[in-house]
Amino acid sequence: MNTTELLARHRLPGPHADGDERMRRESLVSRLLGRPEFASLAGAILVFIVFALSAGDSGMFNLDGVINWMQVAAYLGIIAVGACLLMIGGEFDLSIGSMIGFAGMMVAIPTVYFGWPFWLAVLFAFAGSMLLGWLNGYLVMKTRLPSFIVTLAFLFILRGLTLALSILFANRTIVSGVGERAAHDWLGQLLFTGNVGTGLFSWLARHGWIATVNGGAPLVAGIPKVILWWALVALAASFVLARTRLGNWIFAVGGDAVAAKNMGVPVRQVKIGLFVFTAFCACLFAVLQVADFGSAAADRGLQKEFEAIIAAVIGGALLTGGYGSVIGACFGALIFGVVQIGITYTNLSSDWFRVFLGVMLLVAVLFNNFVRRRITEAK
Amino acid sequence: MQRYGCKGLFAALSATALLLTAAPSPGLAANERFVLISHAPDSDSWWNTIKNAIKQAGEDFDVSVDYRNPSNGDLADMARLVEQAAARNYNGVVVSIADFSVLKKPIEMVVAKNIPVITINSGTQQQSEQLGALMHVGQPEYDAGFGAGQKAKAAGIKSFLCVNHYATNPSSFERCRGFAEAIGADYKKSTLDTGIDPNAVESKVSAYLRNNPGTQAVLALGPDSAVPSLRALQKMGLKSKLWFATFDLSEDIANGIKDGSVQFAIDQQPYLQGYIPVAILALSRQLKTNDMSVLQEKLKASPKFQARLAEYGLAPIYGPRHISSGPGYITRDNLDKVLKYAGQYR
Repeated sequence: MNTTELLARHRLPGPHADGDERMRRESLVSRLLGRPEFASLAGAILVFIVFALSAGDSGMFNLDGVINWMQVAAYLGIIAVGACLLMIGGEFDLSIGSMIGFAGMMVAIPTVYFGWPFWLAVLFAFAGSMLLGWLNGYLVMKTRLPSFIVTLAFLFILRGLTLALSILFANRTIVSGVGERAAHDWLGQLLFTGNVGTGLFSWLARHGWIATVNGGAPLVAGIPKVILWWALVALAASFVLARTRLGNWIFAVGGDAVAAKNMGVPVRQVKIGLFVFTAFCACLFAVLQVADFGSAAADRGLQKEFEAIIAAVIGGALLTGGYGSVIGACFGALIFGVVQIGITYTNLSSDWFRVFLGVMLLVAVLFNNFVRRRITEAK
Repeated sequence: MQRYGCKGLFAALSATALLLTAAPSPGLAANERFVLISHAPDSDSWWNTIKNAIKQAGEDFDVSVDYRNPSNGDLADMARLVEQAAARNYNGVVVSIADFSVLKKPIEMVVAKNIPVITINSGTQQQSEQLGALMHVGQPEYDAGFGAGQKAKAAGIKSFLCVNHYATNPSSFERCRGFAEAIGADYKKSTLDTGIDPNAVESKVSAYLRNNPGTQAVLALGPDSAVPSLRALQKMGLKSKLWFATFDLSEDIANGIKDGSVQFAIDQQPYLQGYIPVAILALSRQLKTNDMSVLQEKLKASPKFQARLAEYGLAPIYGPRHISSGPGYITRDNLDKVLKYAGQYR
């Protein structure tokens, strides 16, 4: 059979008359709809519509209001990216919140009580947290216990250590006085404290394009660095996931670890690496928060692990692993931040706060799930 | 099936939107809207009194007041709530200074937007002034100790033991110092750092009293130190023989007041920390003045405020700028009234 014959056979009318379905050209719209993050994007738009209707004129969408809820979303977004990659890799980390508290103390206690420079304490905190993340991963891989159990143990261990060590070294549960030291430290100044674009914002304020306060200074001094960190971490993680071999490995170990191992994927290293990355994200959260508020406290980061997992799930990650999207998780974090702060712009009594938070999240997830099902069925 | 799912979803969505928009602005023609931001987690029942107080103050002065708190008690979340209050352009903000360094920036942002701020509960009057707040409504720790000390002095007390179960908070020592200076005792020698464990409190108190048999009085800084101290006194046969006072109320302390083994409990009267700031903010908006002496006179002249004070048996202490919600004293005479309203308005 020569090539001409083969082509001729293919042109015959039959089930594959349009050619191979894998080669079909999709329209831009249907390609967009097929992305895993589309559903959470739609959910985010839905949430914005709800608040535009119920709180549109309350100042929620003024510049200072936007920066306010963007910061909440950005903090959550940073840990949601870590949690999302880990979930795609088929594991959980319930110790994220406790890690935030612990890492905060690793920054604050050495700076305030041991007289270390801020940059050194930050490096120490990153090294310490990533080591703990490695330990988490190592124990999960070594014992073959569910990561749910192992990291649940670390939820308690780290929270307890945070309290015990802060009492031991500082005799108090809130360690303040880091703010000044961070603001005058080269690393703190460069990466963690203050705002970006202050020049631009004061220029805008001089021209009266953004709101000013008494002295003509802009009401919002600039974009808080946490928002840029969020963007950076999210872009880096989604690049790795979508365009590199490591990204394929992450999907593979989450989808079927045994098959991945047989294919020659270093399952153990990939999973442990993901635990280390999650701990890195938690530590980044803690360092930014300590630099922002000038203090660490034993109860910082309480229940953040759940918020991070919720954001990843809203963003389309499956609890069973092997499927998900970093950009989706970021929209998940945005939804969570907007709902959390948005509720306070409505005239709801705070007694009902959690009820509405839960309902809004449920609606967002249902909507999201509904969109995803329609898309996958339509294909 | 899918159509149904779709319909149900939109029903839920529109119901949510409807509830959010139609949520309670209960019938009042209130165009003034204030917010009170506390540091307490949802589980903290102590703040219920303050929630009731702002509701009643809102009714009395025809304004609406929102209550906001970080649901886990995380102060970083509280800071975001304060920023949110600035962004929403409330007509006034009431906030507790749970931690000066964390809340400094957000509160200054509210002040920068020319929104009047009143601070309550924790924090000091100096911190309040530094933040640019109109006033502070709280119980200054030193004054509370000093007030109790004056009562003790009137009863002829010259020496005492201060049982401090939360020495980790430096302001706790101010209570002991105030009491000591009122009766003319040395506060460092009279203060015992006991920790929170009830057995440790009990044994440390009895050891101190054995070593210092001349001690005439005991001041406990709260139920956690008062109850074990009372047990120590009972075992030593000193109950009802030593003059005994404590901060805050619990069931055991109420029983002690009834049977005479506790002279009084010092109460910071939280109701006033909710009511007074809302009333002052409302009056300040109404009269367009921030002059504290005028506003305090107006507040005192308000028949509705006086009726509330009489009903719940409360007495604020007016200063030139700040108003102290306490110390109020719970004795055998007003115990019944306090117990009747405990957890709601007292």
